[in-house]
Amino acid sequence: MNEAIKVPTMAEMMASGDSPDVLFWVGCSGSFDDRAKKITKAIAKILAKAKVKFAVLGTEEGCTGDPAKRAGNEFLYQMQAMMNIQVLDAYEIKKIVTGCPHCFNTIKNEYPDLGGNYEVVHHTQLIQSLIDEGRLTLQGGGEFKGKRITFHDPCYLGRANDEYEAPRSLLEKLDAELVEMKRCKSKGLCCGAGGAQMFKDAEPGNKEVNVERTEEALQEKPAVIATGCPFCNTMMTDGVKHFEKEGETQVFDVAELIAKAADL
Amino acid sequence: MGIGNIVFIIILLAASAAFGYQASKIRRNILLGKDLDRNDRKKDRWILMIKVALGQSKMVVRPVAGIMHIFIYAGFVIINIEVLEIVIDGIFGTHRAFAFLGGFYDFLIGSFEILAFLVLFSCVVFFTRRNAINIKRFHSKEMKGWPKSDANLILVVEVLLMFAFLSMNSTDYLLQQRGADHYIAAGAYPISSLMTPMFEWMSTDGLIIYERSAWWFHIVGILLFLNYLPISKHFHIILAFPNVFYSKLQPAGKFTNMDRVTDEVKLMMDPTADPFAAPPPTDSDAAPEKFGAKDVQDLTWKNLMDAYSCTECGRCTSNCPANNTGKLLSPRKIMMDTRDRLEEVGKNIDKHGPEYNDGKALLGDYISEEELWACTTCNACTDACPVNINPLEIIVDLRRYLVMEESKNPSELTGMFTNVENNGAPWAFPQADRLKWAEEF
Ligand code: SF4
Ligand code: SF4
Repeated sequence: MNEAIKVPTMAEMMASGDSPDVLFWVGCSGSFDDRAKKITKAIAKILAKAKVKFAVLGTEEGCTGDPAKRAGNEFLYQMQAMMNIQVLDAYEIKKIVTGCPHCFNTIKNEYPDLGGNYEVVHHTQLIQSLIDEGRLTLQGGGEFKGKRITFHDPCYLGRANDEYEAPRSLLEKLDAELVEMKRCKSKGLCCGAGGAQMFKDAEPGNKEVNVERTEEALQEKPAVIATGCPFCNTMMTDGVKHFEKEGETQVFDVAELIAKAADL
Repeated sequence: MGIGNIVFIIILLAASAAFGYQASKIRRNILLGKDLDRNDRKKDRWILMIKVALGQSKMVVRPVAGIMHIFIYAGFVIINIEVLEIVIDGIFGTHRAFAFLGGFYDFLIGSFEILAFLVLFSCVVFFTRRNAINIKRFHSKEMKGWPKSDANLILVVEVLLMFAFLSMNSTDYLLQQRGADHYIAAGAYPISSLMTPMFEWMSTDGLIIYERSAWWFHIVGILLFLNYLPISKHFHIILAFPNVFYSKLQPAGKFTNMDRVTDEVKLMMDPTADPFAAPPPTDSDAAPEKFGAKDVQDLTWKNLMDAYSCTECGRCTSNCPANNTGKLLSPRKIMMDTRDRLEEVGKNIDKHGPEYNDGKALLGDYISEEELWACTTCNACTDACPVNINPLEIIVDLRRYLVMEESKNPSELTGMFTNVENNGAPWAFPQADRLKWAEEF
């Protein structure tokens, strides 16, 4: 199935007097990073397949301010947040889904202090409910059936917001062999990207965090390292390259795995 | 009332007063921190305290250390009932004042003995583990010197106190059997009765001298230990409870909102605001409050209570991705530095009054920029801490000062800030390209 998917913007929807059930907050990585764009497309395909009425902000979306806030630049964060809240409120947005745990955490937990109140879900949570409601069906795991998959918990989904089960329950739907790393769930090791580290070199040390984490993942000899965050995806992909294991192990977002298994 | 009782009462009063004095200093130091409301959701707080502090739910993540810690902790709490009896005996010159409880007394003393033995055993294991086995988190940089001796001293003292308690009971038991005056037959001695071969050779007088000495050693030791707590990491046995009670209850990912920044940003974004309007009147000519934290007084009282509650166990650091990969950052050191600096500030106030400025600060003199910038804000440290200490809040508040007051941040981050400001994204992509992905199906 490869017909073009129509991704309406909020402006277009509004112009036709319509409104979406859920706003798809794409995030900067999902909009600009070539690897992350594939995740974005997978999410859009799933939403379309499940006939979810969604829209995006397109050029009206701006950085949530997460990296600025974690780096200590509260001014910049609040400027971004307030501009976004103005846009979201102007469109009377109620529910948001996002593929980025950082956007998810910031909009869900931090925007309320600045007057932005929305129901925010991570894409794995939304996909889980689509499957539960029967709006999305998978015929077995497709190419992942029986494969070893390990899930790397993104800090801002897991420890920060206590969501460990939604991504795992999706992976179970693939009929794959789910293997856990030594440090998983609330003990999961960071990929090294959070707290604005993504945008700077690491401090002097004896190893890169993503190398440490990927090493741990590779010990499980997985066919797939699954993630739920575009930044984790970058870090783990780089880690796999570091160990020259691209032949054996691939890094995918849970949404990509589901989209593939659903033949989208 | 004998001379012994008078001496006892004097020691007891002096030790209690000294402890009260030290505790009041710590209270004052903690209250140097900024206001923060943590009195909401009382019920959740009580439940959390019962689970995490009383129930030690986060200790047992590492089962062996966790269970032995529970032995020591239960021993500490329950043996305090014994201390109550000792205090009564000490004041009134009685012997085993609670003996009238009969069978229940036997049960009490019996369980104290078993606990005392478990404490002794656990302390010996902990001492060996800490010193003879190479466990990384006990040998990091920040654990050299005083922190190391502090940890060992506590274990040695506990072993001595427990041995004094058991040998006191053992000699008492022998004296009861020999029908010595004053030594009424009371209590059950499951452990100390096994120790009698160590003392059987003594004359009755010798036994009495030993029993009395052990009694005095035990109680004076406990009172001295009480006064050692406030200068030691061992203060956690008291502060663990309020510290968990006042935990952050929101999702770990939620960072505090800086309301003062909100006011300014609102003004900037309000098209009707007059940029030249006089700033709102402030009630004094006090220096404007700074953004973020430079020193301990800029942190919240909860951050400072955290620092006094830290037991230097290093679970935070051993889970820290930055520390695990050889970076300078150690969340335990963040807490130890905060406490050390706060103690220093407190001493300055005692000596020179509250206005004194020693020209030093937590940021720079204790914690370096290199440490701060290594943090990935992953919350592994807050998750690992058995008493819900939050090193991350301190790290972020110090970063805020560096960025907003001194514009000191790694240069790549300046680039990221500029991009967010100009392009609405942390990278220099044109905003117009945001929807490019949708054309690529
Ligand atoms: S939040 Fe920072 S200090 Fe704490 S464990 Fe993660 S990287 Fe280390
Ligand atoms: S902050 Fe908590 S985990 Fe870290 S050393 Fe102190 S008590 Fe242990």
